Amino acid sequence: MAENTGNKFVIAVYVENKFGVLTRVTSMFTRRGFNIDSLTVGVTESPEYSRITITMSGDGYARAQMLNQLRKLFNVKKVELLEDVDAIERELVLVKIRNNPDNHQRVLSALDIFKAKIINYSVEALCIEVTGTPDKIDALIEMIKPLGIIELCRTGVVALRKGGGSILEQPDIN
Amino acid sequence: MKLTGAQIVVETLIEQGVTDVFGYPGGQVLNLYDAIYDAGDRIRHMLTAHEQGAAHAADGYSRATGKVGVVIATSGPGATNLVTGIATAMLDSVPMVAITGNVPQDLIGRDSFQEIDITGITLPITKHNYFIHDVNKLADKIREAFKIAKSGRPGPVLIDIPKDIQTAIGEYEPQKPVEPFENHMPDMEKVRAAAALIDSRSRPFIHIGGGVIGSRSWDLVTELADKIDAVIGCSLMGLSAVPTDHPRFLGMQGMHGHYASSMASNDADLIIAIGTRFSDRATGNKAKFAKNARIIHIDIDFAEISKNITANVGVCGDIPTALREIIDTVHEANHMEWIDHVEDLREREMSFIVDDPKLLTPLKVMETVNKYKTAYTPVATDVGQHQMWAAQYIRFQKPRKMISSGGLGTMGFGLGAAIGAAVGTGEHTVLITGDGSFGMNLNELATAVTYHVPVTVVLINNGVLGMVRQWQTLFFNHHYADTNLDVRKTDFVKLAEAFGAVGVRAETPGEFEAAFERAIHSDDVTVIDCRIDKDEFVLPMLPPGGAIDDIITVKKEG
Repeated sequence: MAENTGNKFVIAVYVENKFGVLTRVTSMFTRRGFNIDSLTVGVTESPEYSRITITMSGDGYARAQMLNQLRKLFNVKKVELLEDVDAIERELVLVKIRNNPDNHQRVLSALDIFKAKIINYSVEALCIEVTGTPDKIDALIEMIKPLGIIELCRTGVVALRKGGGSILEQPDIN
Repeated sequence: MKLTGAQIVVETLIEQGVTDVFGYPGGQVLNLYDAIYDAGDRIRHMLTAHEQGAAHAADGYSRATGKVGVVIATSGPGATNLVTGIATAMLDSVPMVAITGNVPQDLIGRDSFQEIDITGITLPITKHNYFIHDVNKLADKIREAFKIAKSGRPGPVLIDIPKDIQTAIGEYEPQKPVEPFENHMPDMEKVRAAAALIDSRSRPFIHIGGGVIGSRSWDLVTELADKIDAVIGCSLMGLSAVPTDHPRFLGMQGMHGHYASSMASNDADLIIAIGTRFSDRATGNKAKFAKNARIIHIDIDFAEISKNITANVGVCGDIPTALREIIDTVHEANHMEWIDHVEDLREREMSFIVDDPKLLTPLKVMETVNKYKTAYTPVATDVGQHQMWAAQYIRFQKPRKMISSGGLGTMGFGLGAAIGAAVGTGEHTVLITGDGSFGMNLNELATAVTYHVPVTVVLINNGVLGMVRQWQTLFFNHHYADTNLDVRKTDFVKLAEAFGAVGVRAETPGEFEAAFERAIHSDDVTVIDCRIDKDEFVLPMLPPGGAIDDIITVKKEG
């Protein structure tokens, strides 16, 4: 299972908002040899629960194993597989770019194309913020790489199912 | 009523039906031991020589009785010494509750004396674990731990209780023992698909694992086998579920399984796997396992279906319910050709067994154990050649009598586990061990002697780490790297006597029989030092990475 080839997929996990739960989830990845692409965790509409969003690539076997092993953890309440077509996915990136007068015009046009905002401006650097799908973020980074990235930070993907459904409609675990 | 946290632990254990616990006191469980002292007439605590032995004792107790085994240890090294025992229970799905003390909460995270993050350490080897922050939740957390340990696919649960929680005063009201979560019911569509698949095949093989024992479905397995004219094989964990002399039972299959059982699983056109995870030791090379067969996999744990071997039909849920439905749905069948073929395999198997009547051989040791043990005698083992000989030759009549570390393969498991099994069942227990394994935790002889636990230790002493040596002979050009134990000069007879046990040496079949007959009919703790040739092989053997038709049946040197 070391190589994750195959389709990318997103899994939403509803967990009890308790001490150590994130460790339980990530410890399982190590134990089972899962290699994930990104993981985000945050509060939900209910204070009792946190929502973990995992993106991972893999074949049907890896996907089934990941879902099953998540469902076996005691603090996990709901697990939902969000395949590309049914999911709304967003990621946020902050990029600090060298503030070089020669680059200025190219930076501004890139920002315009990607609807990025400049959120901090100094003599040495400017910091931009972009929200979008992971593909869009990848494309933006490719485009501004030659302009001199000082550092960048991506949040990882958060995702919801399209339409009116909720993860709470998934079958209860335990 | 108001009680201290320590008293709440003891009262909750008693309320949950616990009568015996194994453990070792220390700084951060002093309060707990004080509460145990006060409740000494209602719960028995047995002090072992080492926390690892206590964990294996709780495990053996559970395997032999089906009850939840309980072990207690202090913080730090006490807790880390449980790790191998907890992992052993996890890999074999044994219900166990481990209770550890920890430093007071205001000292947590400061690298205090004997402070260790045992919940962190045991995350991957427990079904679940708890760190207790609130004395008023203590009783409910312990109840939850028992519930989780015995629900669905069982397993170990650890509760870490800091000292300040043990001394704090909390509210306690006794409750009834918790019932496990209700098992989910199998999908009836899958059950019908399984039944239809069974009806369409003509060479059925039922492969059973420890889940058949855990779910008490042994009678349903033989009923199904009778109705569909199937033969039965098992994993190491499935041993003793079906009586060894059941006409349909072929024994353990796999790396060191019975020839007929392994070959029949290879020749079958249908494998019905029940309560098992298709361990690599049971299947050999997975890519070549049962390549002519369709697979039906029945298990309580949905994550096992198609994890190791892809199932054509996966039936997930309560095993007895699934089996009852399948039995009631399938048509009665006769597969004469298949049964005849299996009989031929059995005859071939008999022809491989060679045994010099004058020598004390593993086979003769096991046959003698069979002659004198009863249907109710638990037989514990350690890990290595002796374990495989026991798995091949010990004859079982009742379930829960084979107490052996299957998944983790823990050398040093046996003596603690034998003590636990003997305490749990009240039966004189036989430990079959080797000089390597016994050397790891023989300190528990002290425990058996202290509490007059009737255990007969059959020490298969070949002066080498036999299983490793066998591999070195076959695959490593006879380079016996660090497997020679003769140089240790340990005199196991004197060693037994030094512990206050009885020690006997047996070099011939007659000497062994006399010693074993005396030992098992006594209440003594006896060690019988059986001198066996160091080049005895465990056969048959599937070479590593080999498929079942690569089976080695006669001794040849690599």
